[in-house]
Amino acid sequence: MAVKTEPVTINLGPQHPSTHGVFRLRVKFDGEVVLDVEPVFGYLHRGTEKLAESRTYVQIVTLTDRLDYTASMSNNLSYVLAVEKLAGIEAPERAQYIRVICAELARISSHLMATGFLLNDLGAFATPLMYCFRERERILDLFEMLCGARITVSYMRPGGVLQDPPDDFWPALTRINDDLPQYFDELESLITGNEIVLARTRDVGTISAEHAINASISGPILRATGVQWDVRRADPYEIYDRLDFDIPIGAVGDTFDRYLVRIQEMRESVKIIRQCIEQTPDGPYRADAPWFIRAPEGDAYAAVEGPKGELGFYMVSDGDISPYRCKIRAPSFINLTALTDMLVGWKMGDLITIFGSLDVVLGEVDR
Amino acid sequence: MHEIQTAGILDFGSLERFFQRVLPDSLDRFAFFIAAFTLAFIVINVMVQTTAVYTWFERRVLGRFQGRLGPNRWGPFGMLQPIADLIKLMTKEDMVPKIADRWSFNLAPIILVFPTLLVVAVIPFGPDSFLGRLNIGILFVLGVTSVNTIAIFMAGWGSANKYAMLGAMRGVAMLVSYEVPMALGVVGVLILSGSLAMSDIVIQQNVPFLIVQPLGFLIFIAAASAEMSRTPFDQIEAESELGSGYNTEYSSMKFGMLFLGEFMAPLVTGMIVTTLFLSGTRGFDPIPGQVWFVGKTFAVVFALLWVRATWPRLRVDQIMAFAWKGLFGMALVNIFLIAVEVAVFQDDAGKISTNSLWIMSAINWAIAIGVIVAVANILGQPNLERPTPVPSPLANMYAEAD
Amino acid sequence: MYGVGLIKGLGVTIKNLILPGRQFTIHQYPDRKIGPIGLARMEGKNPLAFALSRPGETLKAMMGLVSVPDKRQDQHPRFRGEEFSWYDNRCTGCASCAKYCPLGIIKIVTSPSETAMQEGDKYAIDVFDIDIGRCMFCGLCVEACPYDALHMGSGFEEGTYTRAELVINVDMLKAAPKKPSQWFRPQLTSQNYNPLDSDGKEASSQDVHRHEKPSQSDQEKTWGQR
Ligand code: SF4
Ligand code: SF4
Repeated sequence: MAVKTEPVTINLGPQHPSTHGVFRLRVKFDGEVVLDVEPVFGYLHRGTEKLAESRTYVQIVTLTDRLDYTASMSNNLSYVLAVEKLAGIEAPERAQYIRVICAELARISSHLMATGFLLNDLGAFATPLMYCFRERERILDLFEMLCGARITVSYMRPGGVLQDPPDDFWPALTRINDDLPQYFDELESLITGNEIVLARTRDVGTISAEHAINASISGPILRATGVQWDVRRADPYEIYDRLDFDIPIGAVGDTFDRYLVRIQEMRESVKIIRQCIEQTPDGPYRADAPWFIRAPEGDAYAAVEGPKGELGFYMVSDGDISPYRCKIRAPSFINLTALTDMLVGWKMGDLITIFGSLDVVLGEVDR
Repeated sequence: MHEIQTAGILDFGSLERFFQRVLPDSLDRFAFFIAAFTLAFIVINVMVQTTAVYTWFERRVLGRFQGRLGPNRWGPFGMLQPIADLIKLMTKEDMVPKIADRWSFNLAPIILVFPTLLVVAVIPFGPDSFLGRLNIGILFVLGVTSVNTIAIFMAGWGSANKYAMLGAMRGVAMLVSYEVPMALGVVGVLILSGSLAMSDIVIQQNVPFLIVQPLGFLIFIAAASAEMSRTPFDQIEAESELGSGYNTEYSSMKFGMLFLGEFMAPLVTGMIVTTLFLSGTRGFDPIPGQVWFVGKTFAVVFALLWVRATWPRLRVDQIMAFAWKGLFGMALVNIFLIAVEVAVFQDDAGKISTNSLWIMSAINWAIAIGVIVAVANILGQPNLERPTPVPSPLANMYAEAD
Repeated sequence: MYGVGLIKGLGVTIKNLILPGRQFTIHQYPDRKIGPIGLARMEGKNPLAFALSRPGETLKAMMGLVSVPDKRQDQHPRFRGEEFSWYDNRCTGCASCAKYCPLGIIKIVTSPSETAMQEGDKYAIDVFDIDIGRCMFCGLCVEACPYDALHMGSGFEEGTYTRAELVINVDMLKAAPKKPSQWFRPQLTSQNYNPLDSDGKEASSQDVHRHEKPSQSDQEKTWGQR
């Protein structure tokens, strides 16, 4: 006797343990298998781009903290670069080094969180997550040293950074930077060889290089497919052209590759920070930019390689003290383009894993 | 046949005799009931309280595994935390979804808890303390524990919630599958000990069966952790996927009951594993058997916690594949191996000497490793070597555009 | 493969369980449970002598029932906290802070004070409300203050039951403990002022200024010759 079955539609989210915020997936399941996915977002929409039009250039820095709140330093950097391009301000060299250090620290902290949450989505009972958070906490301590806040840093200003790092910052940075590789080793021995992780992530949610490029995906997800493309190399900003680092790529483009690329990127970040510590010159940390910047009419786009991908700000100025238009290219948002293609055909458990491996942050998706 | 002994300090027979002596003759026929109620009262209370202590233990240990402190505010080392939890659960609103199937929704928590309590009846806690010495003890355990499948399905179906339904469906498929390797894993023990009674199995373990048949132990512990839905097989709840699985809609004390059943399961599993594989109450002499038993149980429970703190969970189809392709075959190999060895090493009286047990364990360990390697090769994903990453030519797109 | 990775993972977690240095939560605030050895050390005795002299306390500590007040976790002196430190004698009522705040949550009402303003005196501040319920502690107001009158605070325990209580007015600002954060105040850094010092030293309005007030003759020299 044939049993009549019909697909069932389930709303995953907006309140769901593994949607990383208030994301909603309307999923059609055939038993356990995903037939169709419709992502629904906008629950965290705060109108950042519109708000920016009524803020002065410095005030917008505080808004950018709240985009990708796991790596607010990268957001600050991208925005500040765009404004500097727009207003023709040149940041002193020391400021550039400090900003690169901050951005790389932010990358490490964001990738640690991504890895931890991926493991949580895989069902490890919060242990790797807590280990990741333990190390992330030390990086946040560094941010607190620099600017007095841990998440919403607002540290960078057009033309430099707000304050010179305190004296105890450099030894602390060196110590943490030296500790981190051992910590990554430990994390890898907990995760990378684990057969269950391998069984759950290898060849799951694979995406091809062509598809990734067509969907305009960037960041670790693109690099996991083998495309060695990184804004830091392709279009060097700040002082990245003076630094020596590799761009890790993956072989297949599956969930496991994304995890591996993130781990290797963290190791590269440690390398970059080490070089920066050696090279940072003395000197001013902030160019003489006015508080109310009046950018000349025109537009500018600046992108950085954020932890999630190419993070860009497009600013249009009409000569006023606030921008005429501010457009944010949010990598998390654009990386979601291929979500449906990645998910269809996989099981429910894989759905959570693949979505977790994309590492979206809803503050950035909804802006 | 084994004669039914009733020699314990805490068993049904002596309780009944005690009440027969105490009560006047005219009330003799009530002695049975009074004894039964007394015993039930003691068992339920002791088990519930042990479970309360166990929840504290689990949370503390998990906390320490994760570098946290765990509950520590309320009472010595936070030991009164379960009471606080209980009060919280009791004062919560008891909600039943409007479209729920009320009968199955309300009955499920009870059905989930009572088989776990029943199992306790046949476990020998000490050389002379056991509740009932059933001569088919292990069969009873296997039969009674499989009732929880129904309870979970009732809970999932009754709550009329899609998450709960998914969890319950997974649960039923998984629990039914893992009954098979669990039973087969036990067969090895039965062949070696030649008895179905739990206390006889303990007596037979001159060498703990964990050493004699590692394969059987692995199969049993894997199947048992699937039966009670612990990592890496916690598909029924799968909190990152299903929210809370079959108990999504439960609140207040009904949730408390589910919680109780869930947290009692590792304890009972620990007891069964101790009895079957870790030579139960036996140990060095000055320390009494009861202490050995409790210590071994907590060692098993700790090992389960350790696994829970470390490993992620498998996907539902991988779990099923593991049961049918991996554990099932391994269990058959184990049974065959033990049967052949017993036939070879058995002396005329049907006894196996300690020395031959050691020889058997040497052989079994070697074969166990071989079987695990073989199964891993068959089940494991074929091309484990990843291709070395090759930079894709597409990356140059940007440069060409310049 | 073959479960080696699984066993390695178990090794990592047990290492984290055993090694005390890997504890994540080390601070318990506001009080902390303490064991007998820790208790004896706090009293400055060796544990054995302490156990002999005060067996009751030791027993209680062994049962995990003794808790001692604990210092809160140290923030960096630059920590941007609540309870703004505001020096009314430094504030001129220029309202730069109100203007620079991205959220516009500072409300300032001034009236001319009796003394002549030309001599460098100031407006009287009638209203100075900061709605810290909406404040995001970005610190732009502090950055903007040209007279070093407004500073970020160093606390974070300002929880109230209603939102209305979160509006700090001029009296609360005056009464608040003056523990300014070092954030954007290099003069405090150079004095090595730490607002989180356990002895709770407050910074006077003399400590927080960036530069001396120019003397009358200096001012005349600068401004008179323009
Ligand atoms: S800290 Fe920021 S939000 Fe708060 S009052 Fe000052 S400028 Fe406004
Ligand atoms: S606190 Fe500073 S910025 Fe605000 S009114 Fe007073 S002097 Fe002006």
